[in-house]
Amino acid sequence: MNQEYNFAYLDEQTKRMIRRAILKGLAIPGYQVPFASREMPMPYGWGTGGVQVSASVLTPEDTMKVIDQGADDTTNAVSIRKFFEKTAGVATSEETAKADVIQTRHRIPEEDLREDQILVYQVPIPEPLRFLEPRETETRKMHALEEYGLMHVKLYEDISKNGAISTSYAYPVKVEGRYVMDPSPIPKFDNPKLEMAAIQLFGAGREQRIYALPPYTKVVSLDFEDYPFEASKADHACDLCGSETSYLDEVIMDDAGGRMFVCSDTDFCHSRRAAGHVGAQGVPFEEDAA
Amino acid sequence: MTPLFQVKNLTKFYGNRIGCKNVSFDLYPGEVMGIVGESGSGKSTLLNCLAGHLAPDAGEVLFDTRADGMRDTVTMSEPERRMLGRTDWAFVHQHARDGLRMGVSAGGNVGERLMAVGARHYGDIRHKAIDWLGRVEINAERIDDRPSAFSGGMQQRLQIARNLVTGPRLVFMDEPTGGLDVSVQARLLDLLRGLVREMGLSAIIVTHDLAVVRLLADRLMVMKDGHVVETGLTDQVLDDPQHGYTQLLVSSVLQV
Amino acid sequence: MIEISGVSKSFVLHNQGSAVIPVMQDAELKVAPGECVALVGASGAGKSTLMRMIYGNYLANAGRIVVGGVDVAQAEPREILALRREVLGYVSQFLRVVPRVATIDVVAEPLLQVGVDGEAAQARAEELLRRLNIPERLWSLSPTTFSGGEQQRVNIARGFAHTFPALLLDEPTASLDATNREVVLSLIEDAKARGAAIVGIFHDEAARERVCDREIDVTGFTPGMAA
Repeated sequence: MNQEYNFAYLDEQTKRMIRRAILKGLAIPGYQVPFASREMPMPYGWGTGGVQVSASVLTPEDTMKVIDQGADDTTNAVSIRKFFEKTAGVATSEETAKADVIQTRHRIPEEDLREDQILVYQVPIPEPLRFLEPRETETRKMHALEEYGLMHVKLYEDISKNGAISTSYAYPVKVEGRYVMDPSPIPKFDNPKLEMAAIQLFGAGREQRIYALPPYTKVVSLDFEDYPFEASKADHACDLCGSETSYLDEVIMDDAGGRMFVCSDTDFCHSRRAAGHVGAQGVPFEEDAA
Repeated sequence: MTPLFQVKNLTKFYGNRIGCKNVSFDLYPGEVMGIVGESGSGKSTLLNCLAGHLAPDAGEVLFDTRADGMRDTVTMSEPERRMLGRTDWAFVHQHARDGLRMGVSAGGNVGERLMAVGARHYGDIRHKAIDWLGRVEINAERIDDRPSAFSGGMQQRLQIARNLVTGPRLVFMDEPTGGLDVSVQARLLDLLRGLVREMGLSAIIVTHDLAVVRLLADRLMVMKDGHVVETGLTDQVLDDPQHGYTQLLVSSVLQV
Repeated sequence: MIEISGVSKSFVLHNQGSAVIPVMQDAELKVAPGECVALVGASGAGKSTLMRMIYGNYLANAGRIVVGGVDVAQAEPREILALRREVLGYVSQFLRVVPRVATIDVVAEPLLQVGVDGEAAQARAEELLRRLNIPERLWSLSPTTFSGGEQQRVNIARGFAHTFPALLLDEPTASLDATNREVVLSLIEDAKARGAAIVGIFHDEAARERVCDREIDVTGFTPGMAA
């Protein structure tokens, strides 16, 4: 750990300020709490909101996991993991079950989370009404007065254009029958998992908003009676581990149309293969590890 | 019969300048009132105060609500007033782009008010939108087009459909035919007249176009410098104006 | 049915040195149901002014104008509108309609306004248009493009569509040929027979002789011209 930084980079006063925002967010599930977002040593859009939230909830004994689109080994995930190794000196892991704090971009791990875990989301645009109503004063009022008709206008537009609700990520939800919330750009496949045992915290650095879901909060995806919500995924099994229930990434293999579907959650896929599961294009685990 | 809408001593100042002063009137169900006057006469200020877009400095704006009878909309809570604004009240802006969502399809524009009051069945919403597009003479094929692809007259008709879809009882209109070609105006006026009669709407129309009020309004209120200078039956005010300003206004209209 | 007493009116021209022009003083008139009264007097004596005051189109400065129990000189706009809808019809010399509305609908409108159902209103409108010799091919067109005589007949059809208990007729036979003039006179006679009180201005003396029971010379109410 680099001693020239305060623990987890942020100074203690900033962390207190952010913790207060987190507590307020937990007290009012789905409500966007403004906070004084700090300049972080990474550009906006690379997870500055999530990093500040993680920094504020980390303790020296914690083990941290960082995923980007479900993967532990992409640039964003690797950089942020290194950032906390360096500034907080915390242990890190790629195993979902071993982590106390998991920072994520665009996914919820396949494995069920526990009550003693915290899932921190990186959020680009926290306001679900933003694309239809550009005025912040107006969207705030709409939240305050529960005027959410506009949200359904967006879904209406989807159906009228595409014959189905084509919003496939950042699919809006209603929290505890009160606030409409953007769950960050997770695939709508993950929406049902938003009702979970762990604490979920959402941080938007550029937009300076924090919101939260306490454990077991009721989260309902918006829909129409005749076009009900569907948590869809590619109709395929993982080509590496054979899972038929996990969310898949499509990987283009060559210029001749070759492709494979693999679990987007690398840890989940890895542990299944370690347990002996093999998919259609999978190779036995030992060789792969070598 | 009791009034649907009652305004008592409504006053609005902009600093020391008078926006409108001591305006009072009753509007009965099915009645259409025109407010005329030149730019700066206070007619738009008045309309915005009536519709709850501006807070008046004094006075009452009473509306016969479905649930609780006469209520002062100035002192009612904002959520209640906004609820009125998307159920029993409607507001037609002079510029359609102020009253429409330009990035949303025609059907979405019409459906918004339905969804705002809880409609959650796509098929029903779409069906209603198609019905309303027909009533304002917009081809159902255009339902998925954005208003930016519409002509000015069509945009205005779409705005009217969007406003009337929830069956309001009181419609505020701010220069509804302003900026449209004369031939387009005539069609719009005819359409409005038909809808007003068919739905038994009460309406308050602000305009500087006396031909518009002659066709649409039952009665008139003439404003000058924030004050009401004359009121009465529309044809009586236009044909036998009593106040000097009204006489000037009427005599200034170019004859065709 | 129509009772006018002590009615006076002057025009104040605020923008022309506030000139005050008295046009009527102490007008008196009574019309019983089934009676037709002609207003006579020289041009400018105030025949049209009096007629417009009865209709509520001009404001009386003093006096009472009671039509079917409503004092037009005092009534609220909506009371006057209700009176015009139900009780008091007016056939003016000029047709004023919204562009684009079909002739048949122009004629049927007064009936729809008093709650007659669409089909019955349509049938009555057709009957009147046929009687007034408006060719059927014109019925679906707007009357704004019609000739003066055709417009006048559409106007009459509209005025007689609803069986008003009181009627104001301003030159109903002007610019009509003999056939149509005859139709209009018989319409007036029908209205009288069913008990309508009628006030009319007729320059057509023969017509006046035939349908009017009395004449009132408005010169008697003209300030400065009274005998």
